[in-house]
Parts: sequence; C-alpha cells; structure tokens
Amino acid sequence: MESALTLDHFLIVSGFLFAIGLAGVLVRRNIIVIFMCLELMLSAANLTLVAFSRFNVHEGQPSYEGHVLLFFIITVAAAEVAVGLAIIVALYRSRETTDVGKLNTMKN
Amino acid sequence: MTFLFFIFAALTLFGGIGVVVNRNPVTSAFSMILSFLGLAALFIQLNAYLVGVLQILVYAGAIMVLFLFIIMLLDIPKAENKRFPVFTLGASVVVVVSFVTLVIAVITKSGVGAAKLPAIEAQKGPGQSDVHQIGELLFSTYWFPVQIVAVLLLVATVGVVVLSKRELK
Amino acid sequence: MDVTTIAWTVLLLPLIVAVSILLGLKRWSGLASLVSTGSAFITLFLCIRLAGGGDDLEAASFSWINMGDALQIDIGLVLDDLSRGMMLIVTSIGFLVHLFSLAYMKDDAGKSRYFAGLSLFMFSMTGIVLADNFIMMFIFWELVGVSSYILIGHWFEKDSAADAAKKAFLTNRIGDFGFMIGILLVWTLTGSIYFNEIAAAVGGVENAKLLNIAVFCVFCGAIGKSAQLPLHVWLPDAMEGPTPVSALIHAATMVAAGVFMLARVTFLVESAEMAATVIAWIGAITALVAALMALQQNDIKRILAYSTLSQLGYMIMAQGVHHGSDAGMFHLYTHAFFKALLFLGSGAVIYACHHEQDIWKMGGLRKKMPITFITFAIGTAALIAVPFTSGFWSKEAILEAAHHEHLWGPYTLAIIVAFLTPFYMTRLVIVAFFGKNRSDNADHAKEVGPIMWVPLALLAFMAVFSAYDFLTGPLMANGHADIGHLIGHFGLTATLSLTGLVVGVSAAIYFYKGKDKDPISIPAFADRFYIDEIYEKLIAIFQDGASKVCDLLDRYFIDPIVARFPAMTAMTTGSILRIFQMGNVQTYAFMFSIAVVALIVFLIS
Repeated sequence: MESALTLDHFLIVSGFLFAIGLAGVLVRRNIIVIFMCLELMLSAANLTLVAFSRFNVHEGQPSYEGHVLLFFIITVAAAEVAVGLAIIVALYRSRETTDVGKLNTMKN
Repeated sequence: MTFLFFIFAALTLFGGIGVVVNRNPVTSAFSMILSFLGLAALFIQLNAYLVGVLQILVYAGAIMVLFLFIIMLLDIPKAENKRFPVFTLGASVVVVVSFVTLVIAVITKSGVGAAKLPAIEAQKGPGQSDVHQIGELLFSTYWFPVQIVAVLLLVATVGVVVLSKRELK
Repeated sequence: MDVTTIAWTVLLLPLIVAVSILLGLKRWSGLASLVSTGSAFITLFLCIRLAGGGDDLEAASFSWINMGDALQIDIGLVLDDLSRGMMLIVTSIGFLVHLFSLAYMKDDAGKSRYFAGLSLFMFSMTGIVLADNFIMMFIFWELVGVSSYILIGHWFEKDSAADAAKKAFLTNRIGDFGFMIGILLVWTLTGSIYFNEIAAAVGGVENAKLLNIAVFCVFCGAIGKSAQLPLHVWLPDAMEGPTPVSALIHAATMVAAGVFMLARVTFLVESAEMAATVIAWIGAITALVAALMALQQNDIKRILAYSTLSQLGYMIMAQGVHHGSDAGMFHLYTHAFFKALLFLGSGAVIYACHHEQDIWKMGGLRKKMPITFITFAIGTAALIAVPFTSGFWSKEAILEAAHHEHLWGPYTLAIIVAFLTPFYMTRLVIVAFFGKNRSDNADHAKEVGPIMWVPLALLAFMAVFSAYDFLTGPLMANGHADIGHLIGHFGLTATLSLTGLVVGVSAAIYFYKGKDKDPISIPAFADRFYIDEIYEKLIAIFQDGASKVCDLLDRYFIDPIVARFPAMTAMTTGSILRIFQMGNVQTYAFMFSIAVVALIVFLIS
C-alpha cells in the first residue's frame, strides 16, 4: 500500500510538538505544568523514533529497535515522573509554593 | 490515510498548545491527555500498535492520573494571575521560532524526509505481530537493559517512599 | 603437595601470619608469638622437604604488569640449588631466632608487633630468594628494608633506636637507587628483566662500557643492603634493635641478600670484567676496614657487627672473583650459622647481665654461664677459622678463589683480615668470659633457660659441621669441606691463614689476659675512621644549601607565580561568572536552549 505520507510529515509534527513543549518550559511558572511540558518534549522525541523505525524497512519488516528504545523511554519516564512529583510535593511542603520564580535560593 | 494523519497531528499539536496556554493546571493536564491520544493515533498509523497502546495506558492512563492527583492534592491556586513578563515571552518566542526554523532547515537540507511511507508485509501469523517481535528483542538482545530498568523502577519506588515520608522543615 | 604449592605456601604463609597478627591477634601477644613461631617452623619443615630434592621450578608465575611487547612483569618463583640452599638458611635460622625470641622478648610490651615484624621479614626475604625477575626482587628488597626498619626501631621510645632505624632505611635507599638504575640499564641492554632471559641475552650485548656501568649500579644495591663501604655506616647502628633481630637480619640473612643477589646474577658480573674487579676491591677493603674498626670497640654487639661487615666483605669479594661466586655463597651459608650463634650468644649474655653491653663491665661469665660460653666459643672458633670448623672451609674457599685468579690486591687485604679477625674475637672472649667480674650486673648473671640455650646448641652444632657433605650435600654444588684436597694442596693460602690464626690468638691473649681496661688505644679505629662524622658534615652542608635554594624558589617563584596567580585568576573568573547565576530555573533553561540552537546552527552550517 503506497501512501502519500512522507517522513517529513512526522518529523515536522514532532518538531512542532517539541517547540510547544519548550515554549511551555520557558514561559510557564507553575512547576507542575513545566513538568508536563517536559513530558511533551519527551513524547515529541518518541514520535521521531517511531517514525524513523517505520521508514527503515528491511525484508518487509520495520526495524523494531526503535520500538524497544521507546519502551525503555516510557519506563524511565514513568520512574522520572514518580520521583519528580514526589520532589515537587516535598518542595511544596517546605516552601508552600509551586512558582519557580520564588524558588531562587541559588541566586548569586 | 493522509486525512487521518492531519486530523491526529492537529489533535496532538493543539493539545500541546492547550497545555501551555491554559492557566488552570487541571485543564492543562486534560489537554495533555488529548495530545497523547493524538500521538497514540499517530503511532498506530505508523504500524506501531504496541507502542501506541503503551502510550495510552502508561502516559495518558497512569502518568497523567498521577499528575492530576498531585495537582489536586496540592490544591494549587487556580492560575498565575500575573501576565507573563514581556521579556520572558519575547525571549521564548525568539528561541522557539528559531528552533522551528532550524528543524525545518535541517529536514530540508538532509533530504531524508522525502522518503515515502514504504510498504510492509501484513502482520498476520502468531509470530509476526509487533508485540511478538519487540518481546523477542527485549528478552534476547536487550535482556540486560531490561534488568537494569527493572532495578531503576525499584529504586524509584523506594526513592519516592523515602521522599514522601521524610518530614521536611 | 607439589613443588609449586609448597613454594607459594612458603612465600605467603609468613605474610598471612603478619597480617593476621596486625589485624586480629595484636591483643593476645602470647598467641601471636606462638603463631608466628609456628609458621616459621612450618616453613622450615617445607624448605627441608624442598631441599631434599625435587624438581626445579621456573614457571610458577602470574602476570602482574603487562605492557605488550615492551615490558611484562610477572610475579614468579624460581627454585634451583641456589634458592633452595638460601631458603634453608633463612628458614632454619629464622625458626631458631623465633624460638629464642619467645624467651628474649617474653616481657616486652610490643611483643606482637615484634613477631609481626619478624613474620613480615620472613615473607620479604623469601620473596627475594624465590624471585625470578629483577623487578619482583626489587619489590621484596624494599620490603626487607621496611621490615628491617620496623625491627631496628622496635624500641622506638629510645631516640637512638629511632635514629638508627631511620639511618638504616635512608642509607639503604641510596644503594637501592643505584640498584633501580642498574635494573633499568640491564633491561635496556638485554630487553628483559627475567634472570634466565638476561643470562641468555647478556652474551650478545655489545656496549661493554654500559654493561659495566649497569653491573656496577646493580652492585650498588648490594653495597647498601650488605653494608659495604661507603654505605656500611648503618649496620653497627642497627644493633639498637633487639638482639635476636640483629642475629637474624643484621648478621645472617638480610645483609647476605646483597651477596645472594650477586650470586643470582653471577653471569652478569662475570660478563663485566671491570665491574667485577671493583666489586672484589670494595669487598676486600670493607673486610679490612671493618676488621680494623672491630679491634677497638667495647660494645659486644658492635664488635660482632663489625665482624659481620668484615665477613660480608669477604663474601662480596668472592662475588667479584671469577668463579668465586660459589665460594661466596658457601661462606654466606656457614657464616649465617656461626654469626647467628654469636649474636644469640651475645643476646643471652646481655639478657643475663640485665642489658649490659659493654664487655669491660662483664668478665668471668665463663663459670656463670657455661653453656653460653661453650657455644659462644664454638661460634668464635668458626669465625676465626679454626681448622675443621665450617668457617675454616668456606674462608679457605674464598681465599683460594682469589689466589687462583691472581687478584693479588684483594688477596693481600683478605690475608691481613685473617690476622685481625682472630685477634679481635679472642679479645672479646677473653674480656667478656675470663678474668673476674667487673660489675654488679655481671656478678648476678645466671645461665639462661632452655628456650634460649637450645637454639644456641643447635646453632653450635651447625657452626662446626655445616660445611660437611652430610649437611651441605644437596645445597652447595661446589662448596663443601674437602679434607683430602686440603692436605693434597696445602699451599700459600692455608699456611698464611693458619699463621694468622695462631699469631692473632696469641697476640690477643698476650695483650688482654687479666686486664681490666683496654691497654691499647687507637682513636681512629675506635671512632670508626670518623666516617660517620664526615657524612654528618657533608649532609649538613648539602642540606643547608638545598634548603636555601628551596626557600628562594618557594618565596620568589612558587608563591607568586604558582600559587597566587592561579588564585587570582580563579577569583576573577568566578566573580565574572557569578553575574550569570540568576537563581531562576527558567533563565537557566532559556540560556540552555539558546546554546542548543547555537550548537545546531554551528553543526549544520
């Protein structure tokens, strides 16, 4: 089945998604939202992985290495989110805020 | 096919934009679930069924629920009522725009992107599905990373327990 | 057990004992001393088994450093006639000294430390003897130096002991530095550090001058460890250590390590003629100078120390003589027994006289300590080469070898020593054991207990008979008592040395019989030719100069340029970089993204 879709389509979607995530990280001040935007950027990277794997066909089969890597990324991301949110909760308990603008003890 | 792609791509991107622009974190989280649904659909369009399902189960299901849970637990004030500072906004726009420009430049310059979606053999038999293939790779070639990741998950679990139990002053 | 296992056991058992004493048994000093003595007995037993025959061993090694073709260093053991004989000396005397120490160090506060030191020494000495390459030998060479340092400084509360330990260590370091250079030179010349490979390659070395230098540098190690001139100064001072240690380390085994090392590389010495001559001369001069110094000493252990120096001079001289290596090893072997006997005997005397070491404060001990006296007299007889004692045969062998090679200079010096040795040893015996008691301590002396006199008796037996075939048989390929040969070839050497014996003994009896203080006074001999004083001055001059230079360097170079300039740079850079530390996470993220974009631009353009 020949399709009109090219690799470009997916890569550009991925690039935009990454840029949106980046913008979120840069402008939002709520640390939880920043964290979500990070996940968005990670997903953008995932999309390129799957796309490249799908476009790299050998003997009628896509290369599944990309999928395996994705599997690991999702697992690690799950661990990261768990720990990250725990840190945020701890931070909130001690500082009573989620505003990164107020978390500036490292200043100068 | 192409039509579906544009629908789901739009869903993904608008979901992402929704995360960034919504002032209420809960709305942001729901936008994000939307975005992930679109992304999962894109995965499935790329014949990556297992990954697509995982994306929904793990990301949209587990991780986002965790986010929502934390947001509600902390009972964060509705929004950052202040407007974004002009400098921050401007700087971010500059960075993001230059980044997108760069991505497009890279893609056009390298030329790999012009490749059409190649055909793959239909996956029918029991040993043919991508679940089967990925599973075989995971438990043969990549058995060691799997073990490492398992340990990582355990460590993360322990770490989370420790972090949340400790009384922080 | 096969040979390989035995060899490794003999090497490692003392180490295990030393470590376990230091780590665990330190509190139970009685147990520690018994464990250490037990391990000495086991190694002795194993070495007797090894000596009783068995295969040579060359390949028992594991790789330590591997730098490809350039350099490979193994920790490997070699077992041949030479090492088997030496092992037997080390372990048998080692065991007897352990035994003697059980009594001698009974009430010492640092008993476990002492026995740990002894075990460490046994380990290191075994390592030297069994090493199959220069590097490994050098490592154990240094370990021997360390254990000697520990044991000399055993009574470190005494300043003199601590100083003596430092002196021994530093003086040895000078020689070891030469040794190290020598090893590197030999490696450069022959491309190997293994004794067997060097032996095969040394014939092909064309640069004879460099080979001579290399051999001489290797010999520097022996100068330090075997206390030859001009590095002999540490050995008399080393007598500050406990007497059994002096017997084991500073008379019988460690100081013989230099001789052993030269015997191990005989092929090298023989291929470098000039260096060999230097070795023979240095040995002979040391023998003479040390004998002269011994004439006027009053401390019983110092007299023995100088006689050790003198005998070591003999052995070193033999190493420098063509075909004399076996004679030198033979003398090492017999000397080890009778000198250990003399030292342990002096230890018994010192113990009985409540740590009195001045022979002029002893006197009349013959009747109070009959066993000690008899064994001491036997040891003396062997040392002054009374015919048919072991010392006689080995000394004759050395003199014969020098005579045979027409090395007249060293030979003459050695003959003079043969006159001096009987004189000073007879002086010692007469003053310490005959006459009347000259102090309260000597008056109250009693015979020592069996744990002390049994080793003495065993050593006395060896002092007489160790040269004969039934004891040396498998050990010394070319050295043993040969009465037929002696009578058949009764020549210049035998005549001269017998004359020396008679003249020396009678002169000593004539001068010292019944005297209460020394009738002869030669300050130059008593003050050891002022060599220590000269060294002291030299070191002071050099040290002052060097410290002045260092001071200037420190003040005008290191302080401003090396120290302050980097400090200023770091501080300035730091204060500039501090501006960027806004403390806002998003600013960091912003800078980071700019950097990423810039990097991509840089990469694709």
